[in-house]
Amino acid sequence: MLSFVLKRLASTIPVILIAITACFFVLRLAPGGPFDQERALPPEVMANLRAYYHLDDPLIVQYLRYLGRLAQLDLGPSFVTKDFTVARQIGIGLPYTLILGGSAFLLAIVGGVIAGIYGALYHNRSGDWAIAAIAMTGLVVPNFLVAPILQLVFGVRLGWLPVGGWGDGSLRFLLLPVIVLALPHIARISRLMRGSLIETMNSNFIKTATAKGIGRRRVVLKHALRPALTPVVSYLGPAAGYLLTGSIVVEQIFGIPGIGRYFVNAALNRDYGMVLGTVIFYMALIVLLNLLVDLAYAWLDPKVRQR
Amino acid sequence: MTLYADKRRALEEAFAERDAEMPRGKPRSVTRDALRRLKANKAAMTALVVFALIVLAAIVGPYLIPYDYETPDWNAFTAPPSLETGHYFGTDQNGRDLLARVLYGTRVSLLVAVIATTVSVVVGVLYGAVSGFVGGRVDSAMMRFVDVMYALPYILFVILLMVMFGRNVFLLFAAIGLLEWLTMARIVRGQTLSLKEKEFVEAARAAGVATFPIILRHIVPNLLGPVVIYASLTVPEIVITESFLSYLGFGVQEPLTSLGTLISEGTDALGAADWLLLFPGGVLVTMLLALAFIGDGLRDAFDPKDR
Repeated sequence: MLSFVLKRLASTIPVILIAITACFFVLRLAPGGPFDQERALPPEVMANLRAYYHLDDPLIVQYLRYLGRLAQLDLGPSFVTKDFTVARQIGIGLPYTLILGGSAFLLAIVGGVIAGIYGALYHNRSGDWAIAAIAMTGLVVPNFLVAPILQLVFGVRLGWLPVGGWGDGSLRFLLLPVIVLALPHIARISRLMRGSLIETMNSNFIKTATAKGIGRRRVVLKHALRPALTPVVSYLGPAAGYLLTGSIVVEQIFGIPGIGRYFVNAALNRDYGMVLGTVIFYMALIVLLNLLVDLAYAWLDPKVRQR
Repeated sequence: MTLYADKRRALEEAFAERDAEMPRGKPRSVTRDALRRLKANKAAMTALVVFALIVLAAIVGPYLIPYDYETPDWNAFTAPPSLETGHYFGTDQNGRDLLARVLYGTRVSLLVAVIATTVSVVVGVLYGAVSGFVGGRVDSAMMRFVDVMYALPYILFVILLMVMFGRNVFLLFAAIGLLEWLTMARIVRGQTLSLKEKEFVEAARAAGVATFPIILRHIVPNLLGPVVIYASLTVPEIVITESFLSYLGFGVQEPLTSLGTLISEGTDALGAADWLLLFPGGVLVTMLLALAFIGDGLRDAFDPKDR
């Protein structure tokens, strides 16, 4: 198992390195910089600022220095919000993003699996059709449209839930953003689950179990569920990535102070250090989540473990 | 020679037998078959009509209504939709006719989608066909590059490009197209691998045609089916990406407008002028649903075994 983990980790290192390199050079080659203001700074001040942040060195030197710092887990200074390092800003935003993304992840799995099981067991009946229609809508309608509509209905018209903000972090505030973030993934997971469970229920070992006289509930939960879960689990890795990037928009709409908001602001302000830092952090997180999902997959499907 | 005589006779007999079994008359092409199946698909045909109407409205609509998208009507600020004033969709906070803005925004969104899809199709098809046809070490290097690109969080890269290209929308979406070709390249490569073993390719080679002309003349035209299917799935993705970026304030800027920009403005007016969100949102959802059904229909038509 350990060698499996190490091998997976090793294969991601070149990917991350290429990504860091690409991001670094794209950002540095872009016109404009973090110190551009409406009124141009005097050239001496600008030169001083650039010297302070080592922006006047040759690009390759800057790049190597950045990599060296990164190896010590130092993401460097933020060029625009000068009182905070990149790592500190990410640290401030992280809990919000993790709570939001984690809740959405759980909701997507639980909701998707339950809807999928229901759809498979009652397939081609009205309940199944209703779920399929909702899933289609969830897949097609983008989150930046679902969010304001839910805000309008539940926040403004009915007044049941707050329109945005974090408040005290209670369920009332979390409910809408989490649903918006999870919706497309509930849809996708329910479709995967439905398809694979229908297939599993038609296989011979399930017929044997039924023939032995085991009750339907037990057949589904004890025998069919685990093998049927494999496509769902293999979707969870990409889903974790989508949830993280999806939360950029959801944080923006609901005014939640997570990493996504820092990222968008940094990109708008050309805060090189911050943009690069957040992208690297996001990627590391996605790689880590993918690794966890792979482990879960190995646990679920013995064939993968042996390879 | 006698060694091969009976073998050759057996082969000739087999061919004669096969020729006798072949149906006489005009051969039916794969494309014509696919179109026939597509025409029988009611959902896809309805979606096609709806989508054609939206495209038509976006192209000729702005010439048919008395208002244009950037001139304010001084008598009607934030006016709700009404038949009497001629503002069928109402007006925004600056008194601009929403119908004109929605039509214009749809046009921009579609234009952007067409540009980006074209770029992604051209790059993806050429890359995949070259990689698959040349094969060997070149192939594995090219595909490894695609794997690496796949592992990067796509939307983060788009935002980075945004920072780089700034306000030039069309350049930006060409750039999005440059990121969207990965799946296309994979699909095309797979197809090419099987196509290049076919006799007509061998014949072309024997006739002395060079590698690149073979790819362009003999391989690419045979890729039509999968390319059309995948391109039809790329269009809605790019429409969503464009709206997403415009929503965050990265994409299309004033006085130009797009569906994403309109939805973003509508979200700000939530509760006070709901029509500003509902109309552009409605158009976007209708368009995305239509495209989803068209894509499904095309997939079923070109790839009947997948149903």
